Amino acid sequence: MPTENTETVNRFTPHLVIEPRGYWSSFNLRDLWRYRELFYFLTWRDVKIRYKQTVLGAAWAVIQPVFNMILFTFIFGKVANVPSDNIPYPLFAFAALLPWTFFSNAIAMAGASLVGNAHLITKVYFPRMIIPAAAVLAGLVDFAFAFAVMAVLLAWYQVPLSFNLVMLPALVILTSALAFATGTLLSSLNVKYRDIRYVIPFLTQFWMFATPIIYPVSMIPREYQWIFKLNPLTGIIEGYRVALLGGVNHTGFDWVAIGFSALVTLFLLAYAARHFRSTERVFADII
Amino acid sequence: MSAPFAIKADGVSKLYHLGERAQYGRTFREAIVDSFNRINPLSRFRNNGRANGHADLWALNQVSFEVRPGEVVGIIGRNGAGKSTLLKILSRITEPTKGRAEIYGRVGSLLEIGAGFHPELSGRENIYLNGSILGMTRREIESKFDEIVAFAELERFIDTPVKRYSSGMYVRLAFAVAAHLEPEILLVDEVLAVGDAAFQKKCLGKMSGVAKHGRTILFVSHNTAALLNLCDRGILLEKGSLVEDGEIEPVIQKYLKGLRTTTPWDLSGYSDRQGRGRVRFTRVRFEDESGAAIEHGVSGEPLVVALDYESSDNRPLRNCRASVVFFDGLGQALFNCVSELVIQDPLTLPPSGTIRLVIPRLPLSQNQYVLTLFLEVNREIEDWMHSAIELDVIDGDFYGTGRLYPDGWRGRGVLVPHRWTVESK
Repeated sequence: MPTENTETVNRFTPHLVIEPRGYWSSFNLRDLWRYRELFYFLTWRDVKIRYKQTVLGAAWAVIQPVFNMILFTFIFGKVANVPSDNIPYPLFAFAALLPWTFFSNAIAMAGASLVGNAHLITKVYFPRMIIPAAAVLAGLVDFAFAFAVMAVLLAWYQVPLSFNLVMLPALVILTSALAFATGTLLSSLNVKYRDIRYVIPFLTQFWMFATPIIYPVSMIPREYQWIFKLNPLTGIIEGYRVALLGGVNHTGFDWVAIGFSALVTLFLLAYAARHFRSTERVFADII
Repeated sequence: MSAPFAIKADGVSKLYHLGERAQYGRTFREAIVDSFNRINPLSRFRNNGRANGHADLWALNQVSFEVRPGEVVGIIGRNGAGKSTLLKILSRITEPTKGRAEIYGRVGSLLEIGAGFHPELSGRENIYLNGSILGMTRREIESKFDEIVAFAELERFIDTPVKRYSSGMYVRLAFAVAAHLEPEILLVDEVLAVGDAAFQKKCLGKMSGVAKHGRTILFVSHNTAALLNLCDRGILLEKGSLVEDGEIEPVIQKYLKGLRTTTPWDLSGYSDRQGRGRVRFTRVRFEDESGAAIEHGVSGEPLVVALDYESSDNRPLRNCRASVVFFDGLGQALFNCVSELVIQDPLTLPPSGTIRLVIPRLPLSQNQYVLTLFLEVNREIEDWMHSAIELDVIDGDFYGTGRLYPDGWRGRGVLVPHRWTVESK
C-alpha cells in the first residue's frame, strides 16, 4: 500500500504551471508517457466497442478485404484483364488490400475520433493526441485478423515464404505511422471544419485508385511512374507485395520508393504534430 | 508538500472571440454564436465588443488568488461569471489567454461525472475506463474496485452494459468512481446537482470526509447550502472578475444580495433566468389581504405575492404550474408553494395577467428571505428566476400569544403552528 501511494503521487509532476503556450513548447513526450495507461484504456475501448451489437462481430475485419478481393478479382482480374506481375490475381490484390484496408479504416476512424470524443475533450485533460493514436492502434487488431486470411491464401496457392518477410514489421510500422500522421491531421482539421467528415470517404476512394492496389506499377508507362511514386503509399503497398509474395514474385524491394515513403511519412508526422498542437489549444473552445 | 500554496492564480484571463471566425463560412460562425447564446448568458455583454456581431469577451479577467494546502474553497457566481472557465483552465482543458497559474500536487478534476462512460460497456469496464480518464492508475482502480461497486450498490449489475442501467444506477456508478478519486487537489464542478437526495447526501458525506483528510478542494456550485457545509472560504466571481474573497458566509451573502434586482418590482431587466421565455414574469409585488401593496411581510399575517406575467402569444396558457420557493439569507430552501399541489384541476391562465400566491398566515420569523419564481406551461419551463426577489419579514404575533420567536434560538426561520397537550397518569 505505501509503495502504491508514492507511485500515484509521482505519476503527476507535483508542480504544474499553466500559462499560454507556444506551438512547440507543449509537445512533450513526458506527458504522453505519463498518460500511457489512458492510451491503453482508450485503445482497449475502441477495440471493445467496435463490433458490439453486430451479428458477425470481428468477422467484419475479414469480410471487408475478402469481399473486395473477390470483387476486384472478378472485375479487374477476369473482365478487364489487368496484369498482375504474373501473380495469381487474388493473391496480388489481397496482399495490397490487407494494408490498404487497415490504412483507410485507420484514417477514417482517427479523422472522426476527436469530434467523436468531444465530451471527453471538454471535460477532462489528457494529451489529446492519444485519441487519434488509439483509433489507429485499435485498427491494428483488425489488421491482425486479416493477416490470418493472408496466411490461408498463401497456403492455398502454395506460395513459399521468403526472406523478404523480415521487412514486414518495418512496413507495418511505416503504414501505422503514415496512418497516424494522416489521421491526426484530419482529426484536428475536423474540429474546425466539419467538412472533413465528407472529405474523408472521397479522399480514401481517390487515394485507393491512385495507389497500385488493383494494378501493378509496372503497368504504368515508365516515364510516368515517378508521379505514382510521389504517393507515399505506392512504395509501401508494393513493399507488402514483395514481402508477402517473395516466393512467386522475384522482383526485389524498391528501396528508393520505400525510403521516399518513409521520408514523406516523417515530414507528414512533423507537420501533423505541429498542426495538431497549434489547434489543440483551442479544441475545447471550438469543438 | 512544502509549498506554501496548493493553487496560485496570477492574473488569469481568458478571452473568447465571438463571431470572429466569419471566414470559416456563415453557418460555422452562426453555430459558434448560437452555441454561446444558448449556453452562456454572457452573450448579453456582446455590445462591449466590435460592431458587426464581432465581440471579444473576457470570460475571465485578471483573476488572482492563492489557495493553501488543505483549504476547501467554494467558487460562486452567476451563470457565465467565469466559474467553469476558471475550473477548465486549472484542469488544463483550455488554456488561459493571459496570466499564469501554478499548482502543487496531484490534481483530480471532476467537471463531469461519468466522463467517458460508454453505453455498450459493462459497469466493470466503465469503472476502469472512467477511473483511468480521471487519472487513476490501473492498480489504484483494482485496489478500490470492490469499494466502488459497494458504494454504488450495483454488485448484481456490474457485468451488465450500462445502457441497460436506469439513470439512477448510471449516476450512482459514475459518482462512486469519482468519490474514490484521491488526488491532493480536487477541482469539482456542479456535479452534486444529480442523483436522488439520499445518494447526494452520501456523496456530500464522502466529500466532506475527503475535505477532512487535508485535501485541497476547489468547489464550484450554485448550491449555496452545500457550499456552506463544505467550504471554509469563498471566492465570488462576477462577469469574469474576482469581486470577493474571504470567509464563506459573507461571500455567499454578498452573492445572494447581488442576485436580487435593484428595482424589486420590475423584473424586465432581470437577466439571470432560464426557460423558453415565451411567457415571462414582468413584475412582482407583495400585498396584504385587501390588495394594498406592502413593503414587507409580517409573521402570522396574510401575505400575497402578486406576479404579473406576459405571453408572446395571445392564446390561453393551458396546463400551467407556478411555484414560489422561499430561501433564507444563506440560500437554504425553506419551503416551496406549488400550484399543482393545492389546485385540483390543471391550471389555465389567460395570455397575460396576474397570478397571486396567497399565504394566509406567513410562517416566517423576522429576517430577509429570497424568493425564486417558476412558471411551467405544458411541462415546459417558461420562466425560472433564481433568487429573483427579496422579502423582508418583520416579527408579528404568529402564535397568538404575543410572544415572538427569540433571536438566536436555533430553528429560527420557519414558524410552525402547533399545540401542546398534557394529561395526568
